[in-house]
Amino acid sequence: MSTARPSTAPAGASLAGRSGSVTWMALPAMVIFTAFGVIPLLGVLGLSFTSWDGIGVIHFTGLRSWRAELANPGLPHAIFVTFKIMILSWLVQTPLSILIGVFLAGHQRYRNWLAVLYFIPLLLSSAAIAVAYKALLDPNFGLGAGLHIGWLSQDWLGRGGLAVAVVIFIVSWQFIPFHSLIYQGAARQIPRTMYEAAEIDGAGRIRAFWSITLPQLKNTVIASSTLMVVGSLTFFDLIFILTAGGPGDATRVLALSMYKTGFQANLMGLASVIAVILVLFGVGLALLLRRIGGGANTQSTLEGG
Amino acid sequence: MDPISISRRTLLRLSLVGTAGVGLAACGSSGPDKASDSGGSTGSATYWYLSGAPGEGIRTNTVKRFNEANPKTQIKGSTFQNDAYKTKIKTAIGAGEAPTIIWGWGGGGLKSYVDASQVEDLTDWFGQNAAVKDRLFPSSFGAATVGGKIYAMPCETVQPIVLFYNKTSFEKIKAEPPKTWADIMDLVPKFNAAKIAPFSLAGQSRWTNMMWLEFLFDRIGGPEVFQAVFDGTKDAWSNPLAIQALTECQKLIKANGFIKGFSSITADSNADQALLYTGKAAMMLHGTWTYGSMATDGGDFVSGGHLGYMNFPPVDGGKGDPTNTVGNPGQYLSISSKATAEQKDIAKKFFATAVLSDAEKKEWIASGGIPIVKGADAELANSKDADFLKFVYGVASGAKTFAQSWDQALSPTAAESLLDNIAKLFQLQITPEQFATNMNQTIGT
Repeated sequence: MSTARPSTAPAGASLAGRSGSVTWMALPAMVIFTAFGVIPLLGVLGLSFTSWDGIGVIHFTGLRSWRAELANPGLPHAIFVTFKIMILSWLVQTPLSILIGVFLAGHQRYRNWLAVLYFIPLLLSSAAIAVAYKALLDPNFGLGAGLHIGWLSQDWLGRGGLAVAVVIFIVSWQFIPFHSLIYQGAARQIPRTMYEAAEIDGAGRIRAFWSITLPQLKNTVIASSTLMVVGSLTFFDLIFILTAGGPGDATRVLALSMYKTGFQANLMGLASVIAVILVLFGVGLALLLRRIGGGANTQSTLEGG
Repeated sequence: MDPISISRRTLLRLSLVGTAGVGLAACGSSGPDKASDSGGSTGSATYWYLSGAPGEGIRTNTVKRFNEANPKTQIKGSTFQNDAYKTKIKTAIGAGEAPTIIWGWGGGGLKSYVDASQVEDLTDWFGQNAAVKDRLFPSSFGAATVGGKIYAMPCETVQPIVLFYNKTSFEKIKAEPPKTWADIMDLVPKFNAAKIAPFSLAGQSRWTNMMWLEFLFDRIGGPEVFQAVFDGTKDAWSNPLAIQALTECQKLIKANGFIKGFSSITADSNADQALLYTGKAAMMLHGTWTYGSMATDGGDFVSGGHLGYMNFPPVDGGKGDPTNTVGNPGQYLSISSKATAEQKDIAKKFFATAVLSDAEKKEWIASGGIPIVKGADAELANSKDADFLKFVYGVASGAKTFAQSWDQALSPTAAESLLDNIAKLFQLQITPEQFATNMNQTIGT
């Protein structure tokens, strides 16, 4: 199977031989990460022990913000909504992305064209998508009202359950292309010989999908799921424009709570607590997914292992 | 550099991009938001204000006139959309990057700037320039005053909230405009039967819902009920008259008084006004600032005389004086205390010579607004909107109590909690009693 990766082995060998210079080359990235990742993170952690209105003097108040936020009944609700949207959007996106990705992995020319078409939603900014969908879904001036299609002129964003469904639909519409692309790449990496062997053994296409494609995509599923799950913690712009957390607080995710607490209610200490909680969730989920992957994502599945 | 400011700005940009996009999609009239330039070189002051017709054009013209008259001292203006601006200005002030001239609504927001000593005390300046002060409505200075000192120059127009209605819709169902709250409740089923929504409402913006509570509280309980909240009286929201007002409001919601999907409509896009002038809704409770854009965007709705307006009707047995009103007693310009002495001088010169100059005054009147200048009523007769302007002038000057909009009067923290709970009240997620309990917890914050 070494034909699949003829170039990586020598490159790896030479990198190992010059490990000193590799560390040196990582320095710019480390500097940027420290400046824009670590230091702000420490700043937020520090702010979570203060009370600050965003304008005046910062007062150190110890654990008061933490106690207040953990006692806030809005917090469990925001966590619930965050996880609801995360899990549902994962459930919608993953199977569809795998199917589309595997389908696109074929080498017919039209599939490349399709891949390009599918990719278009990802090129649009979330803000633009949200604005467009908000206009389309407007119950009085939107698509349904314009075309006089009764079922389409629902109060899409004005009823809690529907609004959550709309958010998940739009998120999926936006990000399935990206994950399909990952799966397309991964599926193309699966050696032909495995399918040839399966064919000789008499396996059909569906059997080959379950027995070869899916197991071979395991690491890609972990990688794509990590991106989906951690990414869904930061859904903000889309929901902010689409529903502003409403109706009521039906789509008020943690990131939106953080924004509203910090920038609308001027409670920077409490907002920092929510930010720290978000970071903890993000790190925890990423580690959990690695664990589910069996720590094997550094290992190659190419040999069928 | 303050490390927090990085993530804050990133967030902010996201939100600005977003809300700017909303505006662009919804109405072609509001142009692209200009890039913000903070700080500024010496010899020039910066000024941030709201975008959107007709105010944006008038503000820009005033700046232009000032710059032409003072070639050596320039003011650079930047515009922002309403909701985005509220965040942007707070963040900029917190980061020490405030513009020289800060446009605002006075009240609780201004107080938070004052508490952080971010804005100039203008009391002495007004003392020395009595002429500047004396030509403005005295009532406009209330929301500019914190702890007995004046921190802002009132500007622009007086904007009470009034009840607009579409005369054509009323003709269609052969009904008269409501004279009391009971009439309103009677009209609701009649309009619904005719497939016209009784009231337009941009509920996603939340402060739009708040206008209903402001009037119901006033008409049922009088201005004292909210004043008690504002003064920090314990459990003030649990006043039985407050509960009654909240209950009446939910009655209207349950009777389908508001247009279908109201909680997904935003006011920034002017969709609520469009519902009124397209005849999809019969009435709309809104600020007088919407008159200008309805006249611009609504075809012949305003020019053809199809727009009706009135002060909010009384509630039978209510304590409030029916002349009372709520809204914006003016808009406000403050000077950043972080500005250089030269910039502060430019700003003061701007206040004294350009703000509400005769030219600007005429433009406001032409746009359907009442500038907060004494004797402005004398010029109303020549306007093509004379009837409306006289009506607004009458409401504003005749009001026994002209209360400032709640979210502007309260501190930003209490206001956010209020808007949140109002959104839930209108969603019927909480009862009036729960609303009162939730809000009582914010008293004193």
